[in-house]
Amino acid sequence: MIMKEHALINSPTSSIVTEKISGAEAIIKCFLAEGVDTAFGYPGGAIMPLYDKLYGYQKELKHVLTRHEQGATHAAQGYARISNKVGVCIATSGPGATNLITGLADAMIDSTPMVCITGQVASHLLGTDAFQETDIIGISTPVTKWNAQVTKAADIPKVLAKAFYIAQSGRPGPVLIDITKDAQFEEFDFAYEKCKSIRSYVPVPDTDLQTVKDAALLINNAQKPMIIWGQGVVLSEAEKELQSVIEKAGIPSAWTILGASAIPTSHSLNVGMVGMHGNYAPNLLTNECDVLIAIGMRFDDRVTGDLSRYAKQAKVIHFEIDPSEVNKNVKADIAVLGDARNTLELLLPYLEQREHPKWLARFKELYEVEVDKVIREDMEPSVDGLTMAEVIQQINVHSKSEAAIVSDVGQHQMIACRYASYNQTRSNITSGGLGTMGFALPAAIGAQVGAPDRDVVAVIGDGGYQMTIQELGTIFQTKVPVKIVVLNNEFLGMVRQWQQLFFDKRYASTEMTNPDFIKIAEGYHIKAKQVTDRKDLAGAVEEMMKSDEAYFLEVRVQKEGNVFPMIPTGASVSEVRLQ
Amino acid sequence: MENQEQLFTISIYTENNIGLLNRISAIFQRRHVNIESINGSASEIEEVSKWTILVNMTEENMKKIIGQIEKQVEVIKAYYHSDEETIYQESCLFKIKSDLLFEEPQIQNIIKESNARIVTVNKEFFVLEKSGRRSEVDLLYRELSAHGILQFNRSGRIAVTKEPMEISKMLEALNS
Repeated sequence: MIMKEHALINSPTSSIVTEKISGAEAIIKCFLAEGVDTAFGYPGGAIMPLYDKLYGYQKELKHVLTRHEQGATHAAQGYARISNKVGVCIATSGPGATNLITGLADAMIDSTPMVCITGQVASHLLGTDAFQETDIIGISTPVTKWNAQVTKAADIPKVLAKAFYIAQSGRPGPVLIDITKDAQFEEFDFAYEKCKSIRSYVPVPDTDLQTVKDAALLINNAQKPMIIWGQGVVLSEAEKELQSVIEKAGIPSAWTILGASAIPTSHSLNVGMVGMHGNYAPNLLTNECDVLIAIGMRFDDRVTGDLSRYAKQAKVIHFEIDPSEVNKNVKADIAVLGDARNTLELLLPYLEQREHPKWLARFKELYEVEVDKVIREDMEPSVDGLTMAEVIQQINVHSKSEAAIVSDVGQHQMIACRYASYNQTRSNITSGGLGTMGFALPAAIGAQVGAPDRDVVAVIGDGGYQMTIQELGTIFQTKVPVKIVVLNNEFLGMVRQWQQLFFDKRYASTEMTNPDFIKIAEGYHIKAKQVTDRKDLAGAVEEMMKSDEAYFLEVRVQKEGNVFPMIPTGASVSEVRLQ
Repeated sequence: MENQEQLFTISIYTENNIGLLNRISAIFQRRHVNIESINGSASEIEEVSKWTILVNMTEENMKKIIGQIEKQVEVIKAYYHSDEETIYQESCLFKIKSDLLFEEPQIQNIIKESNARIVTVNKEFFVLEKSGRRSEVDLLYRELSAHGILQFNRSGRIAVTKEPMEISKMLEALNS
């Protein structure tokens, strides 16, 4: 019965044909025309017409019921980050809508394509302080790439087509569409046409070939060139092009936290992570290189430290899709605007085959210093307490470096990003720009849904875990086989580390009295194990990785372990501390 | 010069959409920049709105903010100009008791000298209109306030640039 009208929407080419349907059903048909297969969400009064129609489309459109709207946003982000598709989430008006804000802000700063649909009170009630009415357009404006309110069903196809186009074109970002309840009920003649351009919007700026040639000349003449790539490479799917550039020009290449995994960890020219807790060599040598080539990254303050002492000796080449990022933090001598995949492809033939063995040896030399001072003790501790790095190392071993690691925010995140080894791209999903604790558990659910064939391992601290712990219910209900590793030090570890180093060891409100995590997981019927002893770690991680259902592993780690190297706030990258 | 604060007149051409002002003003707000004046209206191009915003800031920051404004999906183009590069005016209205017009001989002189225009007169009050530079409006205000002003209202700055803004050509290309 319910299926009878569906024949039309299966192929996008049939979109010109019209039929009379409700606004709510039109939303679903727009989703399907855009290739959406999954939506994450939570029902409520103002969005009920849409949920009612979703009931009839369960075969075509999977709906994942999270336990909180914030969880829906992070799940949609995880889905988008691993699959390169738009993450979709649905919430009701009022509190449902306001609960999306953290996820929107996270997606905005980390350039994640996302479309959120919120229900809104009926249009005749707008502005009257109606039950569950909130001005979500006003509230979400600074944390969305675009947003719009729809009060008439007939506007739904055009607005949603724009939403999907804006979310995923150019520098991607989140879009919120607020749809009044009466517009969801209203019937109209539906027809869908994908949006291909908006006159006021330039998603990808034109590339000036001269800037590419200028960049090549500078690179060809460089003695000590260094690349820092960011997530732009992943978003443009420019991994292959980047690798060709790196290899042809022989350039030591480092990555920002969101660039992780674009080039395999084991690549001989991959010199590690930059930034506050990045690797020693690339941080230090940022201030020694003669040409700094930034690709799809935005010189975040966590990457640069003190800007007035950042790469002042170097000529800077900035490959960037968003013109407003050029010269925002670091002045570029040459800005190559455009999509990274396209600009790197243009660059390649102008590059001369080069090797920089002496310069590369500097990175190796400093890496050995980091091994001596930090890495060895992290990986093979001389004390009894387990370290976070040991756990990551075991995940590397038992996933054969193929797992997607979804990390939360804090010490464990820095350790996961420093020590995870990646063989394939889109294997690092974390909250970079916003630093959202509570991100990982729901994001891992979304990532697993977006890539059912991959191993997805959430690595979370005991603090962040408890911010979205209710999503265990989602895992239980939907049976997504995510692996959850909680590195429990009974502290808000990163804040505690700062308190130790900069606030005189005054541990204000950072010590956590935690519940029995095993019992909680078991309450949701999730297989669970706790490791407190080094001898049990490898076996437990192996068992987890072999599990074909969800698995919870709690590892008790050193209570007061610190993350080094570290560039203290306001310091220069040259002042990176090893202890 | 780049690091010295100065007045800039920003001209923003946008689609005529609900909520866009919020999106633009948020860019100033997050950088803790006060908007001196703002004027929104139709532009010389059909269905295109123009915002004229006056701010005091360094040119370096001005460039960054222009980039962030232009990045908004519904902003067609944004420009910034110094005072020397624009012809700019403000407009204001004074409501004054009609008695004064007859009892205070000074008032008639002030009106004549300031090139203000009487918009309407009735038994109770008359309304004076004056367009000009901020300083001219300020001067008139000071002179009239000595005699008593019932109501006063001043517009934000409106401006046109001496050099052409290539917005029409740009739109033609976009629409074709």
